[in-house]
Amino acid sequence: MATLKELSKVPERLVGGHRLCAGCGHGVATRMVLNAVEENEHVVVGCATGCLEVATTIYPFTAWNCSFIHSAFENAGATISGVEAAYRALKKKGKLTENFKFIAFGGDGGTYDIGLQSLSGAMERGHNIVYVCLDNEAYMNTGIQRSSATPIGADTTTSPAGKVIPGKQQPRKDLTAIMAAHNIPYVGQAALSNWQDLYKKAKKAVEVEGPAFLNILSPCPRGWRYNTPEIMEISKLAVETRFWPLYEVEDGKWKLNYKPKKYVPIEEFLKPQGRFKHLFKPGNEHVIKAIQEDVDRRWLALLERCGETPELPPR
Amino acid sequence: MKTRVALTGNEAVAHAMKQVNPDVVAAYPITPQTEIVQIFSSFVSNGQVDTEFVAVESEHSAMSAAIGAAAAGARAMTATSSQGLALMFEMVYIASSMRLPIVFPVVNRALSGPINIHCDHSDAMGLRDSGVIQLFSENAQEAYDNIIQAFRIAEHPDVRLPVMVNLDGFITSHAMDVLEVLDDETVKNFVGEYKPEDFLLNAKNPISMGNLDLYDFYFEHRRQQTAAMEAAKDVIKEVGKEFAKISGREYGLLEKYHLDDAQLAVVVLNSAAGTAKGTCDELRKKGLKVGVLKPRVYRPFPHEEIKEALKNVKVIAVLDRAETFSTNGGPMFQEIRNTLYDLKGDIKVVNYIYGLGGRDLLVEHVEKVYNDLFDLKDGKSLNTVNYLGLRE
Repeated sequence: MATLKELSKVPERLVGGHRLCAGCGHGVATRMVLNAVEENEHVVVGCATGCLEVATTIYPFTAWNCSFIHSAFENAGATISGVEAAYRALKKKGKLTENFKFIAFGGDGGTYDIGLQSLSGAMERGHNIVYVCLDNEAYMNTGIQRSSATPIGADTTTSPAGKVIPGKQQPRKDLTAIMAAHNIPYVGQAALSNWQDLYKKAKKAVEVEGPAFLNILSPCPRGWRYNTPEIMEISKLAVETRFWPLYEVEDGKWKLNYKPKKYVPIEEFLKPQGRFKHLFKPGNEHVIKAIQEDVDRRWLALLERCGETPELPPR
Repeated sequence: MKTRVALTGNEAVAHAMKQVNPDVVAAYPITPQTEIVQIFSSFVSNGQVDTEFVAVESEHSAMSAAIGAAAAGARAMTATSSQGLALMFEMVYIASSMRLPIVFPVVNRALSGPINIHCDHSDAMGLRDSGVIQLFSENAQEAYDNIIQAFRIAEHPDVRLPVMVNLDGFITSHAMDVLEVLDDETVKNFVGEYKPEDFLLNAKNPISMGNLDLYDFYFEHRRQQTAAMEAAKDVIKEVGKEFAKISGREYGLLEKYHLDDAQLAVVVLNSAAGTAKGTCDELRKKGLKVGVLKPRVYRPFPHEEIKEALKNVKVIAVLDRAETFSTNGGPMFQEIRNTLYDLKGDIKVVNYIYGLGGRDLLVEHVEKVYNDLFDLKDGKSLNTVNYLGLRE
């Protein structure tokens, strides 16, 4: 396992000069995943339409030192499939000698929602690709509209906290489990704050033969409305409150990667974020309660799947 | 070596694909294209081609994967019909703007709704402004020949655009036809090796493709696509001439049938051109000066050649197998009439919409059209837009 110091010396494939917001998780996650590809190997990055794409490839510039392709919003899975199929064909015909890895990135919009079919198809067909969802829990690129990854209670521009409805009403889709149900060799859920865990998962995803999926929680300062420098604190709170558990599914075997030592109530994660501010007004206590119940229920189910005793951390 | 064989249009297309042996085929089955995918899959599973076949979950993904493969530096294909083409609409525009030489047969079928599986050209016409080259095929022979030539056109450095090869659903795709096929080696040599200039799998020179292109460059890039379309006209003609050397069949932008001394002409695409030519022959036997113009290339639109071909004709009927719902006639009618405006002559042009949803175009229908044109020439009045074989 490389140290952070060693990783900082690896030549970057996504370089500075891109226009991602300060305090955005996408750049951190993308660079960490790409660091997991050996230096002597080549990469083709695929990308769904979204923040990462618009911020890194404004013609005639590019922030990518490796090959990069974006074609549309809902088809990063299919597009990278085609690139990988071309690689196999050209290798077979002896027209290519170098080794390549294929990694597609999409936001939760391009992955949980509009691109789910394309992703599902790519995974089922068994392409040797990694698909990374940079989940910032809403359509941030178009101005913070709700997605199926948006948690209960969040205030977005299409699930606004109003006088009658206090933000999004529905629980998040469990995309990581959906991807595990594809019976692919590797599925991992990771967070920026636990960088070693993230790096290990990226390494496994890149090196496994066949399709791999990573779901990375990527905080968004604009959409979540936290104090920009506190991105890693926010990420850590998501993990400690069990809002975003770290686990992996390797060849069908579920494994929990991190168990918080004590019960941290969900309020700790919600409080620093503007998108949940309305929940702390009198009358909305039931929403926080619903979020907590949802988190606890999912945690117990996850522990069972991982073969652990289904119990909540000590309070 | 040439061999005469009996094949359906779909079999002829699949045979051409086998001989071209593309690197990647990504396709999804849809009536009436399905057989192409099935037959080609059997070529893959029997080791008759080296192709990576990507059995995608939709046509949107079919064109997306073809885009990924072509961008990666491979020779890539897909194939579809009707709703499939409608579903890949978005990606067809992107394929042409990324200047990827993807070749894809479209077995023409009516668009829903109501749902209908039979032939018309509403699918292809929906993509006429997408920046792809559109070739039309009267029969299985032309479909076979067009597929082979399409690669040379698409991959030409002055062009670099996708090529859609159209053939009529069921009429051409499923009917057994006699055609002449070339031997594998001849096709292989004619098509040649694909050598892309910039591509994703070039380890020495990585590239970013599909960048965000705003008001400072988008307009220029769009203009370059039009320039490529313009250049494609000469390339299509050159490739057609070269193809004649190996096949004995020369192709241009359009086919003129008895037009030299014609007073009346019918303009029509694809299989219905056969019916029109047959009718024309019968009328010629009676000494009537009638002709047929069959555009082979619809995009780029061969306006100069059409003008030249029709300049001495007095009365013209354009037959459209698609509606625009503009209340001003079908798509080809509008473009032909627009083209002839420059001649400033006394040319009368009328439109007939025919064959929607697979309704047959009969010889008697074409006879009626010619009779109408004679009447129009003699000063009788006629609607500008008419319907053939329709109950009203």
